[in-house]
Amino acid sequence: MIEMKSRPSIIGFGNSVGKLEGDGPLKEYFDLTDTDSKFGMKTWEKAESEMIRQAVSITLKKAHLKPGNIELAFGGDLSNQCTATALGMRGFNIPYAGLYGACSTFALGIGLASISIESGKFSTTMAISSSHYSSAERQYRFPLEYGCQRTPTAQTTVTGAGCVILSKDTKSYPYVSAFVPGTICDLGITDANNMGAAMAPAAADTVLKYFSITREDPNNYDYILTGDLGAEGHKIFTDLCLKNGLALGKNSNDCGKMIYNLKEQEVNSGGSGCGCSASVFTAFVMNEFMENKIHDVLLIGTGALLNPSTVLQNETIPGIAHLVRIRREQ
Amino acid sequence: MKFILCFIIGGLFCVIAQILIDKTALTPARILVLYVVSGVILTGIGIYKPLVEIAGCGATVPLTGFGYCLADGVEKAVNEHGFIGVFTGGITATSGGIASAILSSVTAALFFNGKPENL
Repeated sequence: MIEMKSRPSIIGFGNSVGKLEGDGPLKEYFDLTDTDSKFGMKTWEKAESEMIRQAVSITLKKAHLKPGNIELAFGGDLSNQCTATALGMRGFNIPYAGLYGACSTFALGIGLASISIESGKFSTTMAISSSHYSSAERQYRFPLEYGCQRTPTAQTTVTGAGCVILSKDTKSYPYVSAFVPGTICDLGITDANNMGAAMAPAAADTVLKYFSITREDPNNYDYILTGDLGAEGHKIFTDLCLKNGLALGKNSNDCGKMIYNLKEQEVNSGGSGCGCSASVFTAFVMNEFMENKIHDVLLIGTGALLNPSTVLQNETIPGIAHLVRIRREQ
Repeated sequence: MKFILCFIIGGLFCVIAQILIDKTALTPARILVLYVVSGVILTGIGIYKPLVEIAGCGATVPLTGFGYCLADGVEKAVNEHGFIGVFTGGITATSGGIASAILSSVTAALFFNGKPENL
């Protein structure tokens, strides 16, 4: 675990999401909601890049900063070679480090952006992550036009991009106080339709590691949020923690369950994708922090490290989970 | 009566596929391939043709029916042209179905854009 003595503060946050997310329970929290998830573009991939560009622009504007103020940006998404983020960041002239952590990319980005500030070499950094339902379907499963049925345990990739700007100037902003980088955990899951089960062990591993180091009571946190385990995966995660002596209470939830209304929207087992934790964190969680309603949150980004080829080769699905602790003084 | 049987048999094929989707890790593509291959095998052992006679479209419309068409085509071609029929019979018999699928897909793609089913 890396404790951030310099308190890298989140001085800016912003997001841009698609229609399904904008119709969901967090609708009042999003900065921008697109009417049809195409963001005025001709293809889904271009739409995702445009959504990223908007999230970055909105975040800079809200923080009263220019692109030139950002010394290093960490960003990634689910597309082949993470081009969605690369093309979205094009034109800002911000030093850019592409990342891949699957759906854990946002938490990973926050962790690395904070370490950059903690190192003393950077004063303002950025983390950006996104996903888009339609480009993810083409990437991982089948293009939309294929029209296939989805299983009940499948999750719906969130169409959303979230961005944060971190600075060493603390003032009274929420700050990153700790980062636990995850290790790759593989318990032999091969079902690409049930990624919650593949990622839950990694989430449990990282969370148990955190609590064994800090020895704190999990009930002291306002929220302990996993990125996108979904309904099924979150249950497996909770059981795994309990088996290892960590009882999680009502403050434990999953961004994939929060971003959609699981009963009324057709989202099967809940939200997933890099954009899931990115949009829930920058919309709901950050707003709660700024309104002084919460003061201590754990965000555990969870990722399934597979690609279409590994699935076809009957490879198992390894998971990874990165944890960041965000606090704000009362 | 044939209408009722048509819907029951066709519906049962759909139910089996839905159970496979819900309860197994089989991808839709694998299930479809499974259906085609099953159709071929069931035709080969003589079960499918009687089913087509009883249920009509209920047996020919599901993808097992495509397997039936392939196998039946091979049988006819072998009877008419000998061994070469093994290679020519299946595609020839299903050529109408394949061509109309391609034509309608291209037409749909020309006039419409795909969009997520949950929006």
